[in-house]
Order: sequence, then C-alpha cells, then structure tokens
Amino acid sequence: MHQSHAHQASRLQLNDQGRLRHFLSTEGLSRELLTEILDRADTFLDGDGGIRNVPLLAGRTVMNLFFEPSTRTRTTFEVAAKRLSADVLNIDISKSSTSKGETLRDMLWNLEAMTADVFVVRHGLSGAAHFIASQVTPEIAVINAGDGRHAHPTQAMLDMLTIRRHAGDFTRLTVAIIGDIRHSRVARSEIHALQTLGAREVRVIGPRTLLPRDFEELGVKVFEDMDAGLAGVDVAIALRVQNERMESALLPGSSEFYSLYGLTRARLRVASPNVLVMHPGPINRGVEIESEVADGPQSLILKQVNYGIAVRMAVLAMAVEGQDAARAAQQATGQADAATQTGGAR
Amino acid sequence: MSQAIRYTGARVIDPASGVDQIRDVIVADGRVLPEGAAATVAETRAADGLWITPAFVDLCARLREPGPKLHGTIASETRAAAAAGFRHLALPPDTHPVIDHGALATQVIEKAQAAGHARVYPVGALTRGLEGKALAGMGGLKAAGCVAVGNARKPVASVETLLRCLEYAGSMDLTVFFSPEEASLATGSAHDGFMAARLGLVGIPATAETVALATALLLVEQTGVRAHFGQLSCKASVELVRIAKGRGLPVTADVAMHQLHLTDAAIDGFNAMAHVRPPLRREEDRQALIAGVREGVIDAICSDHQPLDAAAKLAPFAEALPGMSTLETVLPLGLALVAAGELSPARLIGALTASPAQALGLPVGRLDAADAGVLLIDPAARWTVNAGSLLSTGKNSYFLGQEMTGRVRAHLA
Repeated sequence: MHQSHAHQASRLQLNDQGRLRHFLSTEGLSRELLTEILDRADTFLDGDGGIRNVPLLAGRTVMNLFFEPSTRTRTTFEVAAKRLSADVLNIDISKSSTSKGETLRDMLWNLEAMTADVFVVRHGLSGAAHFIASQVTPEIAVINAGDGRHAHPTQAMLDMLTIRRHAGDFTRLTVAIIGDIRHSRVARSEIHALQTLGAREVRVIGPRTLLPRDFEELGVKVFEDMDAGLAGVDVAIALRVQNERMESALLPGSSEFYSLYGLTRARLRVASPNVLVMHPGPINRGVEIESEVADGPQSLILKQVNYGIAVRMAVLAMAVEGQDAARAAQQATGQADAATQTGGAR
Repeated sequence: MSQAIRYTGARVIDPASGVDQIRDVIVADGRVLPEGAAATVAETRAADGLWITPAFVDLCARLREPGPKLHGTIASETRAAAAAGFRHLALPPDTHPVIDHGALATQVIEKAQAAGHARVYPVGALTRGLEGKALAGMGGLKAAGCVAVGNARKPVASVETLLRCLEYAGSMDLTVFFSPEEASLATGSAHDGFMAARLGLVGIPATAETVALATALLLVEQTGVRAHFGQLSCKASVELVRIAKGRGLPVTADVAMHQLHLTDAAIDGFNAMAHVRPPLRREEDRQALIAGVREGVIDAICSDHQPLDAAAKLAPFAEALPGMSTLETVLPLGLALVAAGELSPARLIGALTASPAQALGLPVGRLDAADAGVLLIDPAARWTVNAGSLLSTGKNSYFLGQEMTGRVRAHLA
C-alpha cells in the first residue's frame, strides 16, 4: 500500500547487497530480514532461556549515545554488546556537550574520532537516528534505541520474538496494542513489524486523545472502545501511560483510564482463551494493567527481558556484518578499478 | 529619456490592463509606452517565443536583515530576487530587531535603495516588539513608508488586544497583514495527518490556521479594516476567504508557491528541506489552493522566501529551522502549473504582479506605470536548481538537483 514510504524507510538501513547496515526502523524491511533477526536471536538463547556468550564482536567498540535517560534499554544493549565480546562506552550526553550549546552534528564529529563501530542512539526527537545515520562516517553502524515518538525497533523485535516463541505463526494472530498510541514509538515499530511478518490483524485501542490522526491509513483497525477492541484478540500489548498525560488535557486521571482501558482479568474474557499479555515496561500496576494479569500465567512480561538481550545481540551482529560486507565490496570494487586503470596504463 | 527599444514578437501579458497577446511594444524608461505614443526607436529586437510582463511583486520575503546576516542580507537577497523577476518585496516585521519604529523602516528602505536591486517595502509591526501586548507606533511606521502592518507569525495576547490593534490600524488607514496561526494548536512541525502520525512528528492541524483566520475575519467585519491573509495552506481557509469576499469584506489573500506544488508526502524520510511553516498539507488542500488562485479567491502567489545557512537544516526534523529559499524557483514552478493546465499564463502573471500590488496598495505590477519594471521572460529556458545556480545565500531548497523550465532573461530599462 505504501511502497514509496517503505522505500524511504529502508533506503538508509540497507547496504548495496540488501543487508542491514543500520537498524533505524522496522518499517521498510522485508519479512525475510525481520525473520532473520528473530532466527539469529534464537541462536543466542540456550534451552533454558539463558543467553550464550558469542564473541562475534571481539575487538569492536559499541558506543551508547543516550540523549534521553534510560536504564533498562541502555543496560540491555550493554549486556548484549558484552555477550558479543565488544567493548562498550557509555557517553552520558546530558552531562556533556549539548548542554554547552554544541550542535548534534559537531558532537558526532568528535565522537567519530573515537573510532567506534556502532552507535546505539536514544534521542527525544523523531528522526534523530535517521539524521545521525545520514551524518556519520559510513563505517559506523547506527542502532536506534528509540527516537521521539517515531521508532523503537529493537523493542518491537523483542516483542516479535516473544510472540513467535509463545504464539507461533503470525498469520493466525490478531494483536491489539492498548493505551497511549500517540506518544508511543514502541507501538509504531510493533505495527510495522507485525504487518510485515503477516499478522492477520493489528488493532490499536485508546481514547481519541491518545490516538494519532488518520492512523487507519497505516492499515490498523482503530478502536475507541476497549471491549470491542479486545474481542477475540490473541495478543494484548499494554503500553505504559505516563503520569504527565494526566496533567495535560489528554486524560482525566489514572483511575478513569484504568476503568475504561485497563487490562484486567474481567476485560480479557472477551479475548481469545489463550490470549497472551505483553507490556514493554516499566508497568504501572492499576493504571494500564491489573497486577493479577501482569503476574498471571498469560503474562510474558518477564520473558521479554531476556529476549531483549538476544534481539539486541542479533541486531548488533548483523549491522556490523552488513558494514563489513559493504566495506569489503567497496574495497573489491576499488581494487578492480585500480586493476582496470593499471591495465589501461599498460 | 533613455533609449526607446522596440521588441517584436513577444507575448505581452499585463493582467492590470487585460492584455495577453503577441504584439510589438516599445520600452523606454522602464515601462511600456502606450500604443501610438511618440517615441524615437533607437533599436528593434526580436523577442519571438519570449514573454514581456510587469516585474514581480512579492508579498512575503524574509531578507534576514536587520538581523545577524548569517542567513542572508538585504543586498544578497534583493539581488537574488531581481534575478528571479522580483522588483518589489514586502518584508515582514519579524527581523532582529523588530521593525516596530519608523527609523528602522527608513533604514531598511534606504539599504535596499543603496543595494540597487529591488525595492523593499517593510511591513511594520502591529504590536510593539511583536510581543502581542501593546500597540506599535503605527503612525510613525506609516510616515516612514510602511505600507502595511502585521504581527508576522507571532501571537497576539488576546482577541481583545487584536481588536484594538485593528481599530487603530484602520484609523491610520493601514492594511493589516495576517499570517493566521493559533499558537496553541501550532506546537508541532508537520501537518497533523497520516504522515506526521507515521513519522511520530507532532502535528499542526489545519484548524491552527482556520481558527485564527475565522477570528480575524470576524474582527475585520466589525472594524472594517483592510486585511490581507498570507501563506494560506489549507482547503478550509480558501472557503473562509471565499465567504468573506462574498460578504464584501475588504480582504485579499495569498499562498506560497511551494504550497501549490508540495504536500506532506515531501517530508518522508524526515526531509528537513520540506520543513516549512505553515506545514505542507494534503493533496486535497493543494488542489483547493490551486483552484483558489485560478478562481481569484486567492489573489496572489508569494514566495514566502526564508533563506537559511546550511547548518540550520542539519538537525533532526523538528529541530531543523523551518523555511525554504524560494524566490528563484517561483517563476519556473508557476510555469509548471501553466504547463499542467492548472493556471492560465495571464492568471499566473496576475498573481505575481497586479494582484499583490493591489494588496499592497502600490501603483506597480503593471506595464504602463513608471518604475514598476518590465521583464523579459524566456518561458522555455532550462536550468538546474543547485547551490551554484541559486544567488540567494540560502541554498535550502526542496528542489535542489531538479531541472526547472523558465527564467527571467532581463529587466528592461
């Protein structure tokens, strides 16, 4: 439907061979490539759901550039990089240059001088990871760890891994994403991933104040009524509702939100009997989800954490490999050109 | 008297006098002499395939001076304007410092005169410092040569304050220029629709424009002040202006040329060159704006020129400064609308000459007026937009790398 959009979204992310070189968005990547990420992540998980050490990135440097505070995502990226034997540098940007008026671009030039192989970027503005990928030297792979409201592709892929391992074939699944869709980069990345992986139906549920305009055009079904939206769903993903939403004119208060859109046992009765419950965390018990649901047998929330490390290992490894392949291809072309030129001179 | 030169075979388009025909004209002293006027023709030049039109009048061009001059100067931007056919430019008051007193307006006019490329008509501030609270010295601004007053794209504190501003401007017999925008709805960076939703950008709904426009129209009706609404961006605004004109209100309107060509599809991939204010909207808006120009509901087409230095666009989309360097692409983009059958040549030229001159209340934009300026246009000349071909300091054009058809060949003296 939106082929040209998909083209725009994939243009920066792939090398000439169609391999991943940056991971900025789940949009525009093929089903084969998303499946490859999931397959690769599976290889890093042992039988008990633990994580293997695989020294694929020995001697490589991963730089965590977090322009927004984050503990969980940054930690899982750090663990993932270390499991791959990479060196990890955490740059605390809030305390360094941008506060002194240095532009983002100037700062990137300084960081490049430290010769990292991967930038893992979290930024408050939509499009920041695209911007950084378009500006950095081509040897650096950029992994988007969340940009504004736009995308959080590794979170989406860990959710896809969770769904695949526990619910199986995407084509049989109806998935509902509930709550603050408007401000959610996770929701956007999940929607693109679910659609590409062939989910039967993707729904978003929330009041109009938390739904982006014209979102139906993305190919999702939009529900303002929770019971109608949950009817028959196989997977229910609750999103975190920030307290600040209650302070503005978006929501009247947490108790009203919970009574209308909270994921409770009673509400889930209309869903599929085997419905799986997910949440990208950190959860607000009694706001978007009932404790008994979050801790119950249908909940995969704790499983998501280990899967997150495996998915980030997969993406880090694939992006570095994509960069290496692009460089090798370039060198081969360069040598071929040089050979041709030399031949011509003779 | 300078030498009189006869041009033969050109298509002469002068919407102010209803002329659009291939005929010979004699140009002397920067104007076309009336038919049958006595003149000693020193030279005859063939102009087959070319157009002769009045020099263009722009209702909104930022020149970045007064200001830090990083993004342009009166000299650099009027030079670019002249090369693109513009001889008369209205300068919005949101300069640094703000044009809210007569001395600064005089300084701007004199600087442009000294540069010698085009005339600059400062629009004075409606409120002091454009802060939206207290009346600017509109009498002094008018005495210094301001033809209109406005608050640029800055909010006025309350509807009551705006009402007093309009009453006072009316007493000074000044036209009020509006770039209608309700600030509380305009906190985003892209049209509030599917594209912004998909990219996760904060949206600016069409109502950010129409709420302010409707409010202003009601106050115009109450006060009877002349008003001009600039850089309209959406279908509903065209309808509101149509209704206002139908009710006989003394209003005119313009649209920026890029709004007639681009939609929010242009921001895909976070293309900061397409970050403009008001934002690019949807195809139905673009179509309605073109129809509005065609039908005369929208009187004029402006450049909304906003030159920026290269670093200004090197940031994530929302942080990249909004605006496009547009003066030099106005004519070819207009000719593209003609080629597509959207506008007649006469309507296009009218929207760039007689109509904006009328909105400013200036006796220019017509072939027979002294000092209005005469253009010789090659509507088939091909050129490519790039940093080298643009004279403006601002190379921030969405159209970089694209081939254009149509160029001004000369200003005829």
